Formats: sequence, structure tokens, C-alpha cells
Amino acid sequence: MKDLFGGIFQILKLLSRNRVGFLGFLMVVFFILFSYIGPYFIPLDTSADIGMIYHPPSLAHPLGTDHQGRDIFSQIVHGGRELLTVAFIAAAISTFIAITFGSLTAFAGGLFDSLIMSVTDLFLTIPRFPLLLVLAGFIKLNNPIFLSLLLGLLAWPTLLRAVRAQVLSLKQRDYVEAARALDLGTAHILFAEVLPNMMTYIIISFTLAVTYAIYDQVGLVLLGLVPLATNNWGVMINLAWVRGAIFFKDSLWYILSPVAMIALFQLSLVSLTRSLEEVFNPRLRGSH
Amino acid sequence: MSRTGVSGTATGGASNFVVKLRPARRRYSTYLLRRLGKAIITIFVIISLTFFLIRLMPGNPVQIYINQLVAQYGIPYEDAKNQAAALFSIDLDAPLYLQYFDFLGALIRGDLGESFLSKGTPVVSIIKKFLPWTLFSVGISLCISFMLGVFLGMMIAYRRESMMDHVLTGIASAFSSIPNYLIAILIVVFLGVQWGILPIHSMRGSLSPGMKPSFSLAFIKDVLFHAFLPILTYVLTTTGGWMLAMKGSTLSTMEEDYVTVAHARGLKTGRITTAYVGRNASLPLFTQLAVSIGFIVGGSALIESIFVYQGIGAVLANSIAQRDYPVMQGVFMIITMSVVVANLLADFLYSKLDPRIQLGGGE
Repeated sequence: MKDLFGGIFQILKLLSRNRVGFLGFLMVVFFILFSYIGPYFIPLDTSADIGMIYHPPSLAHPLGTDHQGRDIFSQIVHGGRELLTVAFIAAAISTFIAITFGSLTAFAGGLFDSLIMSVTDLFLTIPRFPLLLVLAGFIKLNNPIFLSLLLGLLAWPTLLRAVRAQVLSLKQRDYVEAARALDLGTAHILFAEVLPNMMTYIIISFTLAVTYAIYDQVGLVLLGLVPLATNNWGVMINLAWVRGAIFFKDSLWYILSPVAMIALFQLSLVSLTRSLEEVFNPRLRGSH
Repeated sequence: MSRTGVSGTATGGASNFVVKLRPARRRYSTYLLRRLGKAIITIFVIISLTFFLIRLMPGNPVQIYINQLVAQYGIPYEDAKNQAAALFSIDLDAPLYLQYFDFLGALIRGDLGESFLSKGTPVVSIIKKFLPWTLFSVGISLCISFMLGVFLGMMIAYRRESMMDHVLTGIASAFSSIPNYLIAILIVVFLGVQWGILPIHSMRGSLSPGMKPSFSLAFIKDVLFHAFLPILTYVLTTTGGWMLAMKGSTLSTMEEDYVTVAHARGLKTGRITTAYVGRNASLPLFTQLAVSIGFIVGGSALIESIFVYQGIGAVLANSIAQRDYPVMQGVFMIITMSVVVANLLADFLYSKLDPRIQLGGGE
């Protein structure tokens, strides 16, 4: 336990070396707390009030009201959880696929390697987003688990190539050679010797996978291809666009709030990865 | 696979250069052939994939369409089936593998079936009408953002740690991390609605009503006027990536021995900057060209829908929203095929520009 806290403290200290990255880290933590804990404190008020349509921000409504006179702030508080959950699950799935197959092909080599790599190359050439759109036209994506599965199953190719390259280079290191000389078995070498050295890399890949999943997911929602009935930030943008609210001057707060949340979340994730790279790659330190 | 080629030339000194030339050229042509073969296989897999998507997906669109005709219009089942078969240009009574060959045969004749929604309109004519606009807008923006990125990236590499470096790097990371469709929405909201700088409503479509294609200034102006917003969005969101890549590449090229030697020889700084550093630093960026083509074309469905620009991306989004399956499969196939062809061209372009790749092969 003490080790764990010591480790976390160490990482925080390293993270704070890069100002932009640390800000990104704090923002990501904020977005997660805001979206998962916020809903317990701020109730979702969905009662329409015709007298309150498109009111500017006030004390009662910190972000103003929407086209039905509902509070925008509470919609923002409640609008992140599902979006983030789907993105995290999708990222976990694609990272898992990429790491498993990426490291296995790097170790196996031969026919298995070239087979997996041809499939990967093929998936890399097919533009992911149109494929996702077409699949969304066939499969009813009314279940968040389904959606995250689909997003995760399409996002692994870039990651897999990168993991394979990493493992190929780690494979050549002395301690791995030593482990192999001791005949410790592929599973042991992979999980006990190689993967721990890739942890940082995996965390970075996972973070980037979350950004891809958010991009794809909000894109699908924006085009109205995901019939999620809840209000999440993507749905809010879709409604504002479909109902023409973005062409209406007074709706600025309604459209800007979810756009800002998604844009800032993506921005914080990307700056976090920049910082992580620096933390775990000592050669980059001091260049900023 | 072919990595031996690199070490072969690295060890081979100047003395046996002439001897090496011949095998190198042969290896180059096998590289081209292998690359071409890979592209053909990819296209074949995509064609097959689209066929099996419509036939084997859980919500089989052919069956849905037949049921719809029977239920809504009271058309006898056999007639409805024939109608669906005509729209998809497949014989539905044949076994699956024969249907597949039918589909391939029709495809070779340039027949992709007809649209569900606007009956009598071949999918091919829809593609012919809308694809050029996407190729045009994406192509122009790629050229602009690539050149702009190379220029700015080099500039900040030379002025490292300056105010301009920090500002431009910050802007570049921001614009490349925010999803492009959100940038598009922000453009509509601010430039179009809040500040009223751009007439976004008359910028919709790919041409003004009544405008006939011709080589006149008025026509070119109109085309650019309508393509302006998609191009602006693509350029804003992709220039940053090129810039950061060029900055990194320039920084590492500046440390190369031949640059040091060039300085020692007393060559003019301008010449070193452009011919020695700039040229070599921008070469690795060409490999990323292929990836970014795919990304921009893929994202065109969202961008074109938001700006109501009539390109193939908007057609794809519409056909999916309305479940016009023949159009959906045809457009998906064409988008993917154009990405494959563009990747191929980018690869060839790269191998033409960088002689080393001719020996190195695919990696």
C-alpha cells in the first residue's frame, strides 16, 4: 500500500515537470469526476418551461437555458458519463487486441506474423469512419455495450503495428535474451519481462484510443446514427444541428457548452499523452 | 521480407556502384509490382466485404426491402423479390456464390445497381456526380496544408524556443486534437451566425443554382466560394500535424553530418536551409500523406454534411440515414477504393522522390 502511494506520488511529481501535460492531467481528472460524481449532486431537470426559452446564463442557470427552457448546465453534468464510459470500454477493447496480437506476432514471427500483419494493413487502408457509418446502418446501436464493442473492434490496427514494433525492439534486449536462455517460456517472458517495460507505452496508447473512440462516437451521434435516447454531449450537438439551433443567434450557449466539453476533453487527453511521453522517456526531458 | 536491400547498399561502397545498379533497378520494379498487387488484393477484399455486408448482415436489407414492398404496397412476394433483385442487380434465386459472381460481373460492367429512394437512378451516376467535388476539395486542402505545414514547421525548427515556436506549436496541437467536425460547427456558429462574416446559407451546395461548368473566371470563383468552408476546415485541422512532423524532422536533419559538412564548406545558409535540410526533412512526411488522405476522405461525411457541400461524403451520410442500401454499398466501395488508389500514388510519389526507398522496398 505504501509502495502504491509512493509510486503515485512519484508519477505526479514527474507529471508536474511539464506544465501543459500536468494541466491536461488535472483536466482529465476533473472531467472524470465531473461526469461520474457530478450527477449525484446536480439533479437533471427536464421539465420544459416556455417562459424560459434561450435565456442567457444566470445564477439559477449557470449556462443558460435551451430551446425548451430547460437548464443547460444540468444537461452538461449528466451528459458525459455515458460518452466517457463507452469511450473507455472501446479503448480498453482495442488496446487489449492491439497488445495481445501485436506482442504475439512479434514473438511468433513467420507465417502467423505475416498473416496478422496483412490483415492489419488491410484494415489500415479501409477508412475507419465510413466503415463505421456503414456498419451503423446495418446494426442497431441502441445498446452502449454494443457501440463500445463496435468502436473497439475497429480501432486496433494502428496500435497493433506500434506494439509489434516495440516488442520487436524489446525482444532484442539482454534481459529478454537471458530469460530465453534460462528457458522461462514465452508466456513468462511476455508477461513478466516485456509487458511491464511497455506499461507506459500502453497507458499512452490507451489514452489515444480514448480520443479516437470519442471522435468516432460523437461523429456517429452527430449524424444521428446512434439512437441513444439519453442526453449526452453528442446528442445535444446533434439536436442543436438537426433542429437548426446552430443557425439561431440566441442558442450560442446551448451549442457551445457540449462542443466545449468534448473539445476540451480531447485537448486534455492529448496534452496528457505528450506529458506522459516525457515522463517515461527521459531523453525527451529538458527539451521543454 | 525485403529489408536485406538496405543493408546491401549500405555495405556496398562506391567502387561497386555500377555493379549494384542493375539489381537495384530490378528490385525497384518488383517493389512496384508487389505494391500494385497489394492494392488490387485490398480492392478485391473491399468489394467482397461490401457484397457480404448486404447479404449476411443481421438486418439483411434485401429481405427488409422485399418485406416492405409486400406489407406496404401489397405487391405479390415474387414481384417484390424481382424488383429487389433488379435494384441490387443480383439474381436472388441463385445460390450465394453465384450471386457473388453476378455481383462481380455487374461491377465489371460498371453496374452497381439502382438507388432505392430515387428509382431509376443508377448508383454509378450518383457517384459520378458527387465524387469529383470531394476529390477536388480534399485534394486542394491536402496541397495547401502540406505546403503550409512544411513551411511553418521548418520556420519554427529554426527558431526553436522562440515566442513564435510556442504559440504556433500550441495552436497546432489544439487544432489537431479537437475533432474536425467540432471545428466545422464552430465555424458555422461564429463566422456564420454570431458575427455574420460569411453567408453560410448561400455557400451551401457545390455550385450556385444555374451555374454551368465552363472555363470562366466566374465559374472558378463560384466553385471556390462553395468549397471554401470544407477546405478551410481540412486545412485548419491538418496543417498542425504536418507542422509538428516537419519540425521534428527538420530538427533531426539539422544534426546530420552532411549538413555540418555543408556549413564547413561555406555554402550559403539559404541554400543549406532549402536544398540540404528542407528537401531531406520533408521526405519522411510523404509516407504520412497516404494515411492523411484516408483520414480526410473518411471525415468528409461529417464535414460535408455540416456545410451541406454536395460531395460523396454527404451522399454516404444521407444514404445511411435513409437506409438506401445500394447507394450505401456503392459509395462505401468507391470511397475506400479511392483511398487505396491515393495511397498507392502517395507511395509511388515517395519512392520517386527518395531514391533510397527504391532499394529498401515496402518498409
